[in-house]
Formats: sequence, C-alpha cells, structure tokens
Amino acid sequence: MNPLFRKKYKWIGLIISFLIFLFAFMLSLSLGQTSISVSMTLDAIFHYDETVTEHIIVMTSRLTRAIVATIIGCSLAIAGAMMQALTRNPLAAPDIFGINAGAIFFIVFAATFFSVNSLVHYMWIAFIGAGIAAISVYVLGSLGSGGLAPIKVVLAGAAISALFVSFTQGLLVIDEQRIQSILFWLAGSVAGRNLDMVLPVLPFILAGIVLAMLLGSSINVLLSGEDVAKGLGQKIIVLKIMIGIIVVFLAGGSVAIGGSIGFVGLIVPHMVRGLIGPDYRWVLPYSALFGASLLLFADVAARFIIMPQEVPIGVMTAFIGTPFFIYIARRRL
Amino acid sequence: MKKEQSQPLFHLFKNRITWIILSLLACLFMVTIVSLSVGSTYISPIEIWGHFLGQGGGEYDFTINMLRLPRLILAFLVGAALSVSGLILQSIIRNPLASPDIIGITAGASVGAITFIVFFAGTISISWLPLVSMSGALVVAVLVYLLAWKQGVTPIRLVLVGIGIAAAMKAFVMMMIVVSETAVTTKSYLWLTGSLYGATMKDVIGILPWVVVFIPLAFLLARTIRVLELGDELATSLGVNVQVIRFSLLFVSVVLAGSAVAFAGGIGFVGLIAPHIAKKLAPNVFHLLVPIAGLIGGLMVMVSDLIARTAFLPLDIPAGVFTAGIGAPFFIYLLYRNRHM
Repeated sequence: MNPLFRKKYKWIGLIISFLIFLFAFMLSLSLGQTSISVSMTLDAIFHYDETVTEHIIVMTSRLTRAIVATIIGCSLAIAGAMMQALTRNPLAAPDIFGINAGAIFFIVFAATFFSVNSLVHYMWIAFIGAGIAAISVYVLGSLGSGGLAPIKVVLAGAAISALFVSFTQGLLVIDEQRIQSILFWLAGSVAGRNLDMVLPVLPFILAGIVLAMLLGSSINVLLSGEDVAKGLGQKIIVLKIMIGIIVVFLAGGSVAIGGSIGFVGLIVPHMVRGLIGPDYRWVLPYSALFGASLLLFADVAARFIIMPQEVPIGVMTAFIGTPFFIYIARRRL
Repeated sequence: MKKEQSQPLFHLFKNRITWIILSLLACLFMVTIVSLSVGSTYISPIEIWGHFLGQGGGEYDFTINMLRLPRLILAFLVGAALSVSGLILQSIIRNPLASPDIIGITAGASVGAITFIVFFAGTISISWLPLVSMSGALVVAVLVYLLAWKQGVTPIRLVLVGIGIAAAMKAFVMMMIVVSETAVTTKSYLWLTGSLYGATMKDVIGILPWVVVFIPLAFLLARTIRVLELGDELATSLGVNVQVIRFSLLFVSVVLAGSAVAFAGGIGFVGLIAPHIAKKLAPNVFHLLVPIAGLIGGLMVMVSDLIARTAFLPLDIPAGVFTAGIGAPFFIYLLYRNRHM
C-alpha cells in the first residue's frame, strides 16, 4: 500500500509539498528575462535596497506575479476538488463546467456596454457569471436518469462554454481596439497585475479557502453516499449549497484576477487523490499546495518558451492538462 | 412487376418529404432574392431580375456580381458542408449532441489556418489556406480517433477525447493570436468567429469541388450509416466492417468541415442544429436526410449572414455570432430532450 495513505506520512508529505511550493515560488522570483541569483532574490526580500535594479524587479513585478499565481493555483485546485466531490464526477472542473467562459462573457459584456472598468465591479460580475454558468451546467447535466454522468456534464459544459465564447467573440469583434489587451487577459495571464487589483478579491478567495478546509470531513461523509450522509444527520442540501458558493467565489475570483486558466482544477485533485487517497481532509490542503506549485512552474516555463515574448499561462496549462484529461477519459470510460 | 416499381415512385410524390424539399427550395429562392436586394444600397427584386436577364446598364455589376452573389453562394456552400458533416458525425458517434465544433475538428482546421495566416500569409499564396486548414482538421480527427481507440472506438470516448483535444487546439490558436502583431490579430480573430466578409468568386470556386464531391459521397454512404446506428455488435453481425466504415465516414465529415472552416472560419453550431431540424422534418428517411440537411444548413448560414451584415449597418458582424446565438439555446434544449441517454 502507498505509504502516503497512512496518516503519519501525510503530515510529512504535506511538509514536503510545502517545500516544493516554496521552491516553485523562489524560481518564479528569480527566473525570467533577467535571471537573478537565489541569494540576490533572498536579499531583495529581506534587505530591500531600491538602488539595486534586481531588487526592484523582484519586489515589484515578480513578487506580485508569484503571489497572483499562488492565489489562482490554490483557488482553482480547491474549486476543482470540491466540484469533483459535489458531482462525483472525475471530469468536473471550473473550466469544464463553463465557469471561466461565463465569467469572462459577463465581464466583457459589462465592459463593452456599461463601461465598467474597476476590478471590484469585475469581481462581482465574474461571480454572477460564474454562478449562472455553474448552475446551468449542473442542472443540465443532472437532468434525467443516471444523474450527473461524466459525458452529460462535459457536453453541457462544452455547450455553455461555446455559447459564452461566441458571444464574447462577437462583442470583441465590434470593439477592435481592445481585442489585443482583452485577449491576453482572456487567454489567462498572471503578469501585469498589481496587488491593488488583487486586494478586493482576496477576502472572498481566502474565505473560500478557509471554509473549504473546514468542510473536509463533511465532504468525506457526502462521498460515502447521500443516504449514509443523511443517516449521519448531515444536512445535504446546506452542504451542497455551501460547496457551490465556495466554488463560485474561488473560480469566479480567479477569473476576475487572471482570466481563463484551465485544467488546473481538473488535474490537481486527481494527482492528489492518486498520491494520498480519497480523504478530503487531506485532499484539500494538498490540492491547494499542488495547485499553487503547478501554476508557478507553468508560469516560469511560460517565460522561456518563446522569449522575449510570453506564452499566456492559460495556454500552458491547457497543453499540460489536455493529455491528462484524455488519460482520465480513457481510463474511466 | 411494373406496379411494384411505380409504387415507391408514386409514394414519393405523395410523400411529405417531396413537399419538404420543394418548400426548402422555395425558401432558398426567397432568401436569395432578399439577400441580393438588401444591404447598404437597396436593389429591388425587379431590378435584380432585370440584372440577371442582362437588361439594365450593368450599374449593379459590382454590388451583385462582386459583393453579394459570391457571399451568398459561399454562405450556402459552407452551411451545407457543415450541416452534412454534422449529420454524419452525429450518426457515427451515435450521439445527438456531437458536432464538428464540439469534438475539435473545427478547432483543428482553425489551428492550420491560423498558423498559415500568422507565419506564411505574406510569403506563400493564400490559395494554399484551404488545404492547410483541411490538413489541420484531418490531423486532429485522426489524433482524436487514435486517442479514443481502445479495442475499437466507442462514441463516448470519442466525444470526451475530442473535447479535450479541442481545448488544446483552442489554446494553441489563442497563443498564435496573442503573440502575433495587432493587425494580424484582428484579422485572425474576425476569421475565427466565422465571417463571410469579403467573399469572392475565387472562394466560391475554391470550396465548390469539395462540396460537390463529398456531399454526394455522403449521400451514397448514408445507407451504411443506418446500419451503424443499430449498434456495433448488430452491425458487425450483419457483415459490416464497423471500424472501416466509421473511419471513412469520419473522413468525409472532416473534409466537409475542414473546407467550410477554410473559407468562412469557425461558424459554430450549424453542424449541430441543421441535422436535427432535418431529422425532425423528415424522420425515418435516412438516405434523403443528406440533401435535406444540406439545404437547411445552407439556408441557416445564408439567413445568419443576411442578418449579420444588415442588422447593424454599417457594422458587419460575423455570421458565427448569430449561428451561436440560435445554436446554443437549441443545444441546451437538445440536452434536455436527451436527458435520459
């Protein structure tokens, strides 16, 4: 048996995951168009000197970028893990459910017709869009006999996404000047965000993450079957609604900050469950760390592939995620 | 003997199928007239009639011959190709929700076309574009097929793998657009959404051979589709080589979708809806579904393009936005209808 399935080793595993995350974070601070040595990076953090160019690079652009990647990675991975538990569907994830596309359409719509341009408003609009998309896909996917079968959910998600994407495209074609900037954001990016933009979203995301961690054992009961859960006195409906709200906050918030970054929410929970087993008290914190590390690594790689330009990080995660998606689809069906 | 032969023929003319085809042709005629007459300059139907009879001083030569007619014909051909492609796909996948855009074939064609536009548009003649985009579609279709292969291909795996590959292809297209220059960006984005803007007779001649060869081919293959729809075991026991037939049908479907994308970009949802309308209108007559679906698909794109170019004058909105606007709600309705699948 996998040693990580035992409790004692799970703590050690969690600490190692945290170290990996720290390593990814450091890489993200020091690598890029100007590579900065690790000691210099540490210097910049602990003995900041604004006359040194490298220090400024680390503390201004790269630190924000790493923090944004961490937040988005955590949120998406946790959102994916929660969705997979809620729908008992291995292919559930924010992007598959059309949540990203929904949030993006609503933001582009608001920006085009109501000249909304503050991030606080973007955030609320993203939450609404994410919620509408998630609910429609959930309802459509669970109609009829057989409940939320993977194929139904994936198709419903593909349809809802296609709908939102083509409407977004229609709006963007009308508004040619902004295509380039919006496209980069649409494709998913963690660059060029400053912390002021992230701050309004942060409370919601943090609340979502903390709440998710607290729900670990309830989710375990839910996963053992709804009848069992009811028998144990769980309020299933309340739990499901809470999970839904957390998912909308985490996924919608991520889109508001970083645009469409796919596949993180799909693959990370699978990796984690394969590694440590299905106990959600552990799956959630591991997912958070793995998600953050994955996005940090992907972001670092995105800086090097077509230097001096950058690959949008959403493109990177799609390339990493597609083989994995296909692997799961092949194995489960 | 003679009576037995004439019976089906007699039946055909009494049949509502005949009436359906006739009324579709009537619609086609009407939409053609309307499309030719409306736009930034209005030309009355009588003047159009005169124009085609060679009367009038040729004052509409440019508007009709160069702008509206090619665009109209291209719209029809693209729509017909997409619709028949979708019809075949839905039959081989045995899933009413499949269409070339959902399982990644359109996205594959887009990757081919975008790569061409971004890297080679200045250096190599644009007439290679369709071939490149078709190869993109074909490569993706083969890839999806191979990846879905596990002792044969099941419809569900094909759809899921297709959706996965579609995501990767869209990511690739996105990357190409983001890294390219602004002028190219706008151009490729417009193209991606599916637009018939600036269609010329050269485009019409470019797509024509593909449609003219492969839609009749689909018509001929339609009988085997019927057998495939019975299910793999039953079809095999009837002596049909399921995998070979399925692959050749897939090939026809890919070529049709690829050629449509090459000339008009990603006009979505036509391949999904048009076959359904055809099946609804003419149930249980599979061999005639191909022409009916083709007509409906052609009409859909013609009408969408008509609305797209006239509703917001002087703006010329991509027709793809309208097909998606009709198509996506319809898809949701289909999901609801097929909730017990």
